Amino acid sequence: MFTVIGIMFIGLGLGLLLKRIQWLRHVSKTISYTIYLLLFLLGISVGANKEIVNNLGTLGWQAFILAFAGAIGSALAALIVYKCFFESKEVNNER
Amino acid sequence: MKGSLIVVGFFALGCILGWAGEGQWLPQFLVSGSVTTYVLYLLMLQVGISIGSDKKLFEILCSIRPKLLLVPLATIVGTLTFSALVSLVLAKWSVFDCLAVGSGFAYYSLSSILITELKEASLGVQLAAELGTIALMANIMREVMALLFAPLFYKYFGKFAPISVGGATTMDTTLPIITKCCGKELVFVSIFHGVLVDFTVPLFVSFFCSL
Repeated sequence: MFTVIGIMFIGLGLGLLLKRIQWLRHVSKTISYTIYLLLFLLGISVGANKEIVNNLGTLGWQAFILAFAGAIGSALAALIVYKCFFESKEVNNER
Repeated sequence: MKGSLIVVGFFALGCILGWAGEGQWLPQFLVSGSVTTYVLYLLMLQVGISIGSDKKLFEILCSIRPKLLLVPLATIVGTLTFSALVSLVLAKWSVFDCLAVGSGFAYYSLSSILITELKEASLGVQLAAELGTIALMANIMREVMALLFAPLFYKYFGKFAPISVGGATTMDTTLPIITKCCGKELVFVSIFHGVLVDFTVPLFVSFFCSL
């Protein structure tokens, strides 16, 4: 986990130093391609995990309900926080 | 949306390939996830470069306010409340079992191991392993949801929702997609949120397993 953050800060330093180089502007495009590759690799390790594949039917739906509940619950709480504490202020700050 | 579908496509293709080729022609280094780690590093380097070369970097840094602590708080409270409610639907598991799974916050490796180990005393080996597998799958699914549906969460639940849904992964795996969909000004909120939530995972999981 800290390696990952460390590498990002190295990139940040590089970005600061090489600000004027033109091709760095295209880095958001290569980010997309890397995300595709990462998801493809994640898919491989999920598909190859026999424990997950064999129990997908019986345990999978329970896991799905819990995952969905967690995602929706946190999204709702995030919406409440955004509406109550951030939205109005940001409108004022804009220009 | 088109971007998300491409991502789903790549994930599904990977799943099929992994399922079909496991133990046969698929090289072990692809299955074990060690390559994934290096690709993640590569991704983080690019994310760093894109932030560093951004001219508004210092404006963003100055925009971090103590009020932003409310974002990880929302993640924790929202996730735990809804996970507790799930126990009403899943009769097999108690409130605390569901809370233990929910408090993985998409950190699947750690939460599933902790649950399998810690629940053995109260549930027995078989049920503890089942709950551990559920924790693994539920938290992988949550990470996948955060990766795939970040634009949808952004659209319908505001700019903090993709971060909250990402849980403990928002400083590494889901950071690139959050940066892409919420804007670079939220990158430090995302990292700070991820570090904080990540830290609470072992605390909450072991707490709910002990109840």
